[in-house]
Amino acid sequence: MSLIEEVDLGTPRSKSETMVTLTIDGKQVSVPEGTSIMRAAMEAGHQIPKLCATDMVDAFGSCRLCLVEIEGRAGTPASCTTPVMPGLVVHTQTERLKTLRKGVMELYISDHPLDCLTCGANGDCELQDMAGAVGLRDVRYGYEGENHVFAKSNSEVNAAWMPKDESNPYFTYDPSKCIVCSRCVRACEEVQGTFALTISGRGFDSRVSPGMSESFLGSECVSCGACVQACPTATLTEKSVIEIGQPEHSVVTTCAYCGVGCAFKAEMRGEEVVRMVPYKDGKANRGHSCVKGRFAWGYTNHKERILKPMIRERIEDPWREVSWDEAFSFAATKMRGIQKKYGRDAIGGITSSRCTNEETYLVQKLIRAGFGNNNVDTCARVCHSPTGYGLATTFGTSAGTQDFDSVEETDVVVVIGANPASAHPVFASRLKKRLRQGAKLIVIDPRRTEMVESPHVKALHLPLMPGTNVAVMTALAHVIVTEGLVNEAFVRERCDWSEFEEWAAFVAQPNNSPEATAILTGVDPKVLREAARTYATGGNGAIYYGLGVTEHSQGSTTVMAIANLAMATGNIGRPGVGVNPLRGQNNVQGSCDMGSFPHELPGYRHIAGDAVREQFEALWNVKLNPEPGLRIPNMFDAAVEGTFMGLYVQGEDILQSDPNTSHVVAALSAMECVIVHDLFLNETANYAHVFLPGSSFLEKDGTFTNAERRIQRVRKVVTPKNGMADWEVTIGLAKAMGFEMNYNHPSEIMDEIAALTPTFAGVSYAKLEELGSVQWPCNEKAPEGTPVMHIDGFVRGKGKFVVTEYVATDERTGPRYPLLLTTGRILSQYNVGAQTRRTENVVWHAEDRLEIHPHDAEQRGVRDGDWVRLKSRAGETTLRAEITDRVAPGVVYTTFHHPDTQANVITTDYSDWATNCPEYKVTAVQVSPSNGPSDWQKAYDAQARHSRRIAPAEAAE
Amino acid sequence: MIMEGDPFLVIEGMTIAAITVGATKGYIYVRSEYPHAVEAMNAAIAAAKRGGYLGTNIGGTTQSFDLEVRVGAGAYVCGEETSLLESLEGRRGIVRAKPPLPAHHGLFGKPTVINNVLSFAAIPFILAEGAKAYADFGMGRSRGTMPIQLAGNIRYGGLFETAFGVTLGELVDDIGGGTFTGRPVRAVQVGGPLGAYFPRALFDTPFDYEAFAARDGLIGHGGIVVFDDSVDMRKQARFAMEFCAVESCGKCTPCRIGSTRGVETIEKIMRRERVTENLALVEDLCNTMKFGSLCALGGFTPYPVLSALKHFREDFVPAPTTLQAAE
Repeated sequence: MSLIEEVDLGTPRSKSETMVTLTIDGKQVSVPEGTSIMRAAMEAGHQIPKLCATDMVDAFGSCRLCLVEIEGRAGTPASCTTPVMPGLVVHTQTERLKTLRKGVMELYISDHPLDCLTCGANGDCELQDMAGAVGLRDVRYGYEGENHVFAKSNSEVNAAWMPKDESNPYFTYDPSKCIVCSRCVRACEEVQGTFALTISGRGFDSRVSPGMSESFLGSECVSCGACVQACPTATLTEKSVIEIGQPEHSVVTTCAYCGVGCAFKAEMRGEEVVRMVPYKDGKANRGHSCVKGRFAWGYTNHKERILKPMIRERIEDPWREVSWDEAFSFAATKMRGIQKKYGRDAIGGITSSRCTNEETYLVQKLIRAGFGNNNVDTCARVCHSPTGYGLATTFGTSAGTQDFDSVEETDVVVVIGANPASAHPVFASRLKKRLRQGAKLIVIDPRRTEMVESPHVKALHLPLMPGTNVAVMTALAHVIVTEGLVNEAFVRERCDWSEFEEWAAFVAQPNNSPEATAILTGVDPKVLREAARTYATGGNGAIYYGLGVTEHSQGSTTVMAIANLAMATGNIGRPGVGVNPLRGQNNVQGSCDMGSFPHELPGYRHIAGDAVREQFEALWNVKLNPEPGLRIPNMFDAAVEGTFMGLYVQGEDILQSDPNTSHVVAALSAMECVIVHDLFLNETANYAHVFLPGSSFLEKDGTFTNAERRIQRVRKVVTPKNGMADWEVTIGLAKAMGFEMNYNHPSEIMDEIAALTPTFAGVSYAKLEELGSVQWPCNEKAPEGTPVMHIDGFVRGKGKFVVTEYVATDERTGPRYPLLLTTGRILSQYNVGAQTRRTENVVWHAEDRLEIHPHDAEQRGVRDGDWVRLKSRAGETTLRAEITDRVAPGVVYTTFHHPDTQANVITTDYSDWATNCPEYKVTAVQVSPSNGPSDWQKAYDAQARHSRRIAPAEAAE
Repeated sequence: MIMEGDPFLVIEGMTIAAITVGATKGYIYVRSEYPHAVEAMNAAIAAAKRGGYLGTNIGGTTQSFDLEVRVGAGAYVCGEETSLLESLEGRRGIVRAKPPLPAHHGLFGKPTVINNVLSFAAIPFILAEGAKAYADFGMGRSRGTMPIQLAGNIRYGGLFETAFGVTLGELVDDIGGGTFTGRPVRAVQVGGPLGAYFPRALFDTPFDYEAFAARDGLIGHGGIVVFDDSVDMRKQARFAMEFCAVESCGKCTPCRIGSTRGVETIEKIMRRERVTENLALVEDLCNTMKFGSLCALGGFTPYPVLSALKHFREDFVPAPTTLQAAE
């Protein structure tokens, strides 16, 4: 194994299909029109010296190293900014060029420290490489002149020198090493779209400056790492590289945070991770990253990670560390005992959207075939189950219709109930890039999110009241239908016309107009009409949505309303359009695909279907129960009732992430055997009897499937610290329960999945190795996968319009609970925070805060930073207030990353009518000043501390 | 002076140019150091709008064109067309790489015609009198007239407009009347702070773009600065580098670092440190700046430096010390 060196071709790829042929250094080269001479030369294998050019950003032409000579043209043009022309004859190395390049390098080095041997970039420094490439042997200017290198010059304080900025926890900024190539500034603008960096001063005083000469941490920097990646010197360097040194080998793998599924190179030294660098060939991220994937992997080595299996009889007991065998046999005995006592259906399990497809598949297989029931569910229940239901109903598949590349061809983007800048940052960056090119943006969200306020982007914002999604979507449809903006040709060809007519008649009713619904939604009818017209007539229209759509009592209805809009306007079935759920977790798409729902076998096929079930029965050699099992909320209810007594939870912290925490506590406390399989003693583990230590994504092989249905490899770079990969743990537990599953490698599990699942039929590790990734369906019809779905027609045949009547949620505001609470995420933290809270990311978000409008705060005497009590019908908690007009009056907002806040103590049992997806996004609350944690929080904290005790190992005799 | 004295000439020229290319919006970028020009232009634009010569349906036609004065903050480099565009867009005034040319991708990404006042002001005459009438002035490929500023140590300084073709000697001696101090003219810098220094020996050079270029000089903005025989050309060379260092936008390396190193190295020469090596270094640096710089600021700074070195080398090389007899 060696370090994967990605050749930097200097300038971005041209998308032109016209080819241009020219001669470079005597070689005939054909490249797409619009390609730079630099890139053409690089593709032909001739590396032109360069410092300011990198293929992640547009050519800039500042370093003047890449000069070339072109026959018949005067001067020495920069090859990065000069496009190819047919018939050009280019020379990249001449006497004149050699002299010029050496002259430029001599200038660079006259203002650069000569501490190469002790420099963090030693071995990975483009400045060093270029000095070598041009043969620089002497710097005749000396080092006594003006410089940015020395703190003192000629025994006087050097005002031009700036100390290192080490404020960011993950990288340093050493201005003394900066060559002012602007790559960082341009990466921040063009790749990330944050515009946190600039060049201050001019001429020799030009400096890279976060904001107005702020520190990196104090600036608007979101720590995505694009600048660090772009930096050709040690100016911006990962602290881990400074500490450890340069990596020696690297392995491509997939990030285990959100559903974007960024490909990374894990750059290693032995089994130590030196850094994670986004992989340019990653088709989801195209070489970009966010603070989580790029930097927040330190949790894998965190001291709180549990590496040995543990058991206990009662949750009041301290944990006892035991061998794997003892843990398996203890768990198996308990689970089988429960089945004997309470019946076969008294146990179940929850698959993880954090684990691999292979691991998820095994857990559901263990439950269906080993437990002998279908009590399997997954955390998608609480996030995107309405997506599955809604899109399957209307289009015929439970997944997004596009690949992420599609956004590059979008003209109008509608973002509903999602804040990709926080939750899907790399997709947000790709979207913002398109928006800066002129695509229009419509944001439907109660909050003025970062998307609305993104630099150089003008958004049409529809700030609706939480819970009124359906009314807004139907009002949009009303405008489209009544103003004659329907794409009738598309609808007649692709959809069921009579269902359309019925739908159109419904949405056209006057009570669905923007003006009539404004009283419910709070959205200005003029803005809503403009949004509808823009989406219907602005070219390629794409809808991206998140949990703000699904986590409602009408979650599934909203998904179908979105599908209706896309069909009515013909925005389905080609690049640039579509309906795209932004999935929360790295493998939530995969866990759904793998048959994690109680009623569906892998590939979304109903368990009651005899033909399908028999296929599985034949291969698994076991009789399966045709009756769907329990969903997560049903499991909790059954536990409280006393009929569901054992649960195997892989990689999900249901206590913190599921709604109405008190009810979850009651359910878990009632169970006789809770098996938690996780990296850490999470909140659920406080109520567990068996703890099986998990392995991190760095420690196992497998695949994740991201939000665009892209199946990507996860590759082991470190031996599992707990001794076993998660799939091996599940096999061990199954075996102890008397159910044998024999696999030597996850690739064999994938082969079984492919054999049983038509949409995965063409997937194999060999194919993933060859293509990098594939998007399902991948089968005989689409051997290389399917980037865009429903191209020639809908999977279900005719697209189905569904009438979407707005029904207000039962969760209502009133005198006691006058405010609506909605919840969301923040960039630096991920989900329940089990991982990110155990990284330096806490410097950005150390606690959950309650966003409240100044008007509501004023009425309650709440000042910024005050402790407040947040109370709903379900429970109460305390947290500190942040006063902001990002939220509308009457709406409060918080995140749920920290267990000591427990935002889900507040959320209620209300859920989506079709899928039971909880209504996290709407809770009626009251906010009042408070002076400390609630009684509940104190009791919870005491229980957690008590429950996390681990008995000291017994002394050997 | 045109902008202050006859702003309508500029407006008319720009309007004709706009109609020619189908542009509907024009900008006049003026440095804040010229408040009278700003005031006069704004008043003229307002008057033109009132009179129906700007805005929609100019002069009753279907043509529309609007003008706006934008005041720059005083960066020299913002006279360079692409940094001027950046500045107009509200960004830092740094130079853009070309291509793309402003004609393809200019202000706010739109095709843009960008010219100086001189060119626009010439248009009404050409259209009124015909191209031949204009071309009858001048010589060679340099046609028409040029406003020439006689300045520095000169008896009759001022702004003169004349046809191309007059010689440098005629300008300095006949029109300018020699130096103000009455001492002999030693050097003349033509074309602004980045123009070459010409000695008397080159006074036969006609005022013509090609003729000046052939002698490593340039016409530039037509400024002529006269120096008498008390001038120290090392200081003038140093000044050129310093000017570049002060005005550099900082984008490209040769200009950003090179100008500062140029000042330092010429100072070394002034201190008589390793003169031969440092002179070679300055020449190498000038080569790097001339051919390596992104725009004319760094690219033309070598003109005054190299011309000073070439024509006035005696100022740089110490006079040979009298050999002391060995004892």
